[in-house]
Amino acid sequence: MTYEELLTETALANERYVVMTAENRALVRNIPGKLGNRFIDTGITEQTMIGAAAGLALRGRIPVVHALASFLTMRAFEFVRTDAGIPNLPIKLSSFIPGFLSDGNGPTHQAVEDIALMRGIPNMTVFAPADEQDLVNMLPQIWAHPNPSYVRINTRKTDYNHSPFELGKAEIVAKGTDITILTYGLLFEQALIAVEILKNEGLSVGLINMRSLKPVDENAIVVASQTSKLVVTLEDHFQTGGLYTIVAETLLKHQLTAKVLPFALNEKWFKPSLLPNVLEYEGFTGKQIAEKILGYNTQSVQPEILTPQFSE
Amino acid sequence: MQSVKTNFSELEAVALKVREHIIRMSTDGGCFVGASLSATDLIVYLYAQFLNVNANNLDDPNRDYLFLSKGHDVPALYGTFAELGLLAPERLKNHLSTTDHIYWHPNTRIPGIEFHSGSLGHLPSVAIGVAMDIKIKGGKNKVICIIGDGELNEGTCWEAVLVANAYKLDNLIFVIDRNQFQANMATEDLIPLEPLHDKFTAFGASVKRINGHSFDALHEAFSAFPFETGKLNVVIADTVRGKGLPSIERRADRWFCNFNASEVEDLLKELHGERITQLTSETLVVR
Repeated sequence: MTYEELLTETALANERYVVMTAENRALVRNIPGKLGNRFIDTGITEQTMIGAAAGLALRGRIPVVHALASFLTMRAFEFVRTDAGIPNLPIKLSSFIPGFLSDGNGPTHQAVEDIALMRGIPNMTVFAPADEQDLVNMLPQIWAHPNPSYVRINTRKTDYNHSPFELGKAEIVAKGTDITILTYGLLFEQALIAVEILKNEGLSVGLINMRSLKPVDENAIVVASQTSKLVVTLEDHFQTGGLYTIVAETLLKHQLTAKVLPFALNEKWFKPSLLPNVLEYEGFTGKQIAEKILGYNTQSVQPEILTPQFSE
Repeated sequence: MQSVKTNFSELEAVALKVREHIIRMSTDGGCFVGASLSATDLIVYLYAQFLNVNANNLDDPNRDYLFLSKGHDVPALYGTFAELGLLAPERLKNHLSTTDHIYWHPNTRIPGIEFHSGSLGHLPSVAIGVAMDIKIKGGKNKVICIIGDGELNEGTCWEAVLVANAYKLDNLIFVIDRNQFQANMATEDLIPLEPLHDKFTAFGASVKRINGHSFDALHEAFSAFPFETGKLNVVIADTVRGKGLPSIERRADRWFCNFNASEVEDLLKELHGERITQLTSETLVVR
């Protein structure tokens, strides 16, 4: 099932849902004809869209709103915080092309602080699916939940068959005593590659798909840090405020420490190009991740990374 | 690059070359072809004829400024830079490569780009700041901001008009590329803008509405700068999205285009008046 099919089905089954967009149609191309006046395109007006979503929510609606991640989280930030966060209204943010998925657009379109911003808003919940199946598995619980939510939309396909989603729980893909990789979003597919390479080098490697970044699965972080010699945080986000920060906060809260290697964007935006080139240039392919962890090069072959179709 | 030419055949030749550059950039990842072609004549006119900006005066505080706020039209700007000597033409082949800085939105690593853009409704305000400083210093520089018509959805564009009016910024020109489309749809079918001339006039600006593909009309309008003492200048340039390529002109599904190699060859011929290309690459249809 695709994102659009799930959203259509959900909205047709429940009159409370309205679908909104700030002229970002890629995810909802067929929905206007099916939902009629419960589809609302406010044009390129992210702030007004969020304010209007709050008004609709005041009247009992559940608005699922769409815009590019950078503009939804940053252009409209104060509207999200003030009109969705303070009143705790069930406004469901679907953020498009987050992180590396903005590929060739450049820094204006790079949402690489979105997790930090959204998790800083009281009442807001934050999610980052590993692929399309993970996305479609988690959305029914997120949309049914009474709080506002922020979801990093990721419609890429992987071969991985995910376990059922539970809000606030990570997906423990594998356990390992040498290394555990914690990740979320599109880098899950590169993490799977890195794990195979590391295993071939004789290491015991764990992998955790974080899924739910707020509420976060503290237990998964604590157990990984206490049972693995090295914890790796892997994210297409600034190093400040994302998963590396969440791990640090969690360990400190539990009066623990650990050896943690962060893969993140440290005080920089990424080089704009098509996605496979971005990952290669920034050192985020599975092979590059594994070799940086190992400290040496291997004979492993990086599988081809598919270029996403342009969609805004 | 100011001159007193009034025969614009030379500019037409430059614009044709710029359109060729845009078409060549629309493959291997693609670019925003429609918005670039609508703004081409405008950008060529302004750099070749109106603005005091060239490869040798980019650091001169007395040069003129052009801010490209809509951003999607940057291939037209790069193509113009290539034709006017601000950018080595062979660098256009580096579009989307990690070896260069040429991608879907403008950035200041390319000399001549005054400010990065891509998030809509920012540069009208940035242009105001530059125009304010020029006023304070008593300078004669002209400041232009090219704004997309869809971009006018963003409230900050209208805040900027209010502020420019309050500070009587008659050294500033907002040029609206009125190509009738925002990304997926016709503006008048989604968030209607008309009567646009009246809207700007009501906000205190002095407004001219012209054919944005006619060098004569562009020249007549810009030669009247400043339009009225103490008033923000607004030029509404009526344009056609995709201008020059009948196969994509005014088509809602052809704003971002990632053409295959044979389409590019056919489109280059179409630009020169040969038969209309049968496009097979994927479209971005709104249903």
